[in-house]
Amino acid sequence: MTATSESATDVVACDHCGLPVPSALVDTTGSHQFCCHGCRTVYTLLHDAGLDQYYRLRNEFDPDAAHPVGETTDEATSAYAVFDAPAFASRYVEHESDHRAHVDLHLQNVRCAACLWLIERLPRLDRAVIESRLSLRRGVARVTWDPTVSPLSRIARTLDRLGYPARPAKGSAAEHAAARREEERKQWVRIGLAGACAGNTMLLAFALYAGVFDGMEAGFVALFRWLSAAIGGVALFGPGLVFFRGAWAALRSRSANLDLPIALALGVGGVAGLTNTVTGRGDLYFDSLSVLVFLLLVGRYVQYRQQRWADDTVGLLLSLTPVSCRRVRENGATEDIPIEALQPGDTVEVRPGELLPADGEVTYGRSSVEQALLTGEAAAVGVGVGDDVFAGTKNSADTLHIGVTRAGEDTRVGRLMRLVQDGVEHKPAIVQLTDRIAGRFVVAVSTAALLVFAGWWAFGGALGAAVNHTVALLIVACPCALALATPLTLAVACGRAARRDILIKRAAALELLTHGGTLYLDKTGTVTHGHTALVGWFGPAWLRGVVAELEAESTHPVGRALATLFGDTEPNATDRRELHERIERGDGGVEARLDQQPLLVGSPRFLQRHGVTFDAGWLCRITAHESAGRTVVLVSLNGEPVALAALGDRVRDDALRAVRSCRDHGWTPTLLSGDAPRVVRHVAGQLGIDETNATGGVLPEAKLDTIRDTAGPTVMVGDGVNDAAALAAADLGIAVRGGAEASLAAADVYLARDGLAALPELFAVAQRAMRLIRINLAVSLSYNATAVGLAAAGLVTPLLAAVIMPISSAVALAIAVAGHGSFRNNAN
Amino acid sequence: MSVIYLLIPLALILAGVALVGFLWAVRKGQFDDLDSPPHRAVFDDED
Repeated sequence: MTATSESATDVVACDHCGLPVPSALVDTTGSHQFCCHGCRTVYTLLHDAGLDQYYRLRNEFDPDAAHPVGETTDEATSAYAVFDAPAFASRYVEHESDHRAHVDLHLQNVRCAACLWLIERLPRLDRAVIESRLSLRRGVARVTWDPTVSPLSRIARTLDRLGYPARPAKGSAAEHAAARREEERKQWVRIGLAGACAGNTMLLAFALYAGVFDGMEAGFVALFRWLSAAIGGVALFGPGLVFFRGAWAALRSRSANLDLPIALALGVGGVAGLTNTVTGRGDLYFDSLSVLVFLLLVGRYVQYRQQRWADDTVGLLLSLTPVSCRRVRENGATEDIPIEALQPGDTVEVRPGELLPADGEVTYGRSSVEQALLTGEAAAVGVGVGDDVFAGTKNSADTLHIGVTRAGEDTRVGRLMRLVQDGVEHKPAIVQLTDRIAGRFVVAVSTAALLVFAGWWAFGGALGAAVNHTVALLIVACPCALALATPLTLAVACGRAARRDILIKRAAALELLTHGGTLYLDKTGTVTHGHTALVGWFGPAWLRGVVAELEAESTHPVGRALATLFGDTEPNATDRRELHERIERGDGGVEARLDQQPLLVGSPRFLQRHGVTFDAGWLCRITAHESAGRTVVLVSLNGEPVALAALGDRVRDDALRAVRSCRDHGWTPTLLSGDAPRVVRHVAGQLGIDETNATGGVLPEAKLDTIRDTAGPTVMVGDGVNDAAALAAADLGIAVRGGAEASLAAADVYLARDGLAALPELFAVAQRAMRLIRINLAVSLSYNATAVGLAAAGLVTPLLAAVIMPISSAVALAIAVAGHGSFRNNAN
Repeated sequence: MSVIYLLIPLALILAGVALVGFLWAVRKGQFDDLDSPPHRAVFDDED
């Protein structure tokens, strides 16, 4: 927990968040180092509550990630004031008594077991909290607290300070989650019932099999047969009913699924067994059948957990817009109101750093707005009175007043989220390999059954024997291993991928990845870093500090970017010169005097207007950068150009490898971006993507249409809200880290590591999983073929069926688990 | 051996009781969250 040794490395890591500490803040005398005041506060908070263990747990479970704290500005925390409003309480809070209330809070940044540990120890940090229980999978904490001791806003602020911004988790999202929980419970009930039936019929079957060899009193035989028929009947027509329903649905839609042969085996086995019980003669298969039902239900549950759900996306709007906003009253005073109460016609005040709560028109102030999330444009856009602005974008420079024209779900971002929801709900199911096999399987098994029946009847003579052998064939041909193999292999593959920070929300997606097709890549934030960086600097280094000082007070987005980029330049004592007479010109630059020499910083046009001339060398540099879509800032001293800074969005280092691996796996990489076409073409060139496959200036809605109109399988890789609808509509959506929550919810796969490095790994995981599935299917099918052969020869007895069936399932399981194990060894 | 006629139903009743217990646990939400409790158990030890 002590700071990294300062003598060994120049970089000192913050004791709380693990990010580097700026050199000016390194405390050479202290034992702990912090990068900011927020981190120090949180560290002290945890330390005083005796919760230091959090750091040890975090190193254990999630060692690489940085854990920055929430910005504890007044703006950020005042947003929680609305948590105490009566309107909030009646909506989200359950009051059990005067001293006990519950609320479900959705927390951002919940990652690993250390988060679970810390959040559940909330009672130690705030004595009002009675209990706090976190569900890791949903990221929702149920907080029970005493409202008489402290208001909810204080608890929410504490969570925010720990790095977990909180939002109420209720409304339609919670309703969907509840419906899903009901379905999951039903599955558990079915599995439990089927398991109990399977166990008991097996016990009875043991006695019956023993009786076959050692002899048994007729009365006992009758009792055991009747009992196993009764229990087997419960298994088949209770929990087993889902297979009959599935088969019926397939028949009605004239398609084939695996339920069809399963229902055939269960139905024929059940009817034959009941008949044999009543007549007191012939074989019973209830033990095999009830074990079959049990195993298949387990397989179904595994598959169910791999599916993804639209409910994640519902209520997304809430996470993109603030919880509360400041409405300006007619007398000029402001009041905090919940965002739901906002109406068109209201005026709201938005301070720098805040998100816009609604669509509207600027009525007062000048500022710049970051729209990257909404449109994919990397650069901030300047806005003034009369300009249209949109909810969910961020005000980055100065306070604005906005006349609301559309609020809530009618805003542009709200409509976009509805598209996302539609996309997820109506996503076509991936036709899996097993479903394609199922059709042929049914035909093959039915043909074999008919042949065996006809053969035994014609040549064996007795109708009874022909029926018995056909029944045995249909039961052993039940594709149990086939039905288990795919979900098990995919489940194991997803588990392994999760350990490599690839979170797969819809396992069927893995199969699609091996097909090949068109792969759309978003530009801003996906193949590039998504924020303005210095891509080129030409000139003396000391000028950087001067530029930073000059632009420190700038309100122009480019000026602010420069101030931040050059802000940490060490002031050089020998070159220290005085800046004065700073004037910000409205037409693209700043003017000042540096030790009496006139200094200009601005666009090439700005400098030209002020009489600076460029020779061929400078012009060449300027056009080179500008044609690559970069913003060029020039510095001139005494009327002579002295330095050039090119600002742009840098392509990620791993993007080229990712693009190459897409091609290797049969996907055509295509850039689809909201940014200017010129910039997009340049990035495409850097990545070796053909210019015809790079489209710029695409609106979010148009991205969606492009994907829908593409023939063949589509994959979308993106990060922003502007990609969310496209992610949802594509056959497979992949969200990259650092993206908006909306894109995470819309995507099928989330790469929880910075950059695109995980993309080639995802392809590798998919390829490996599909190979295992094929091996497993081959093994299962050859088992079925052998069993059918034995049954055709009249060699299958109930005992043999009871033995070989679980063995085949065990083999499927072993291949699923062991196959992935060897993959891990190969990869490392 | 006629005690079997008594023992078998008894065994089935016991199995039924276990099953009812399981169904009760499912309805009480014991199986709703399968991810967090394993971690929780480990932490409780360390406190």
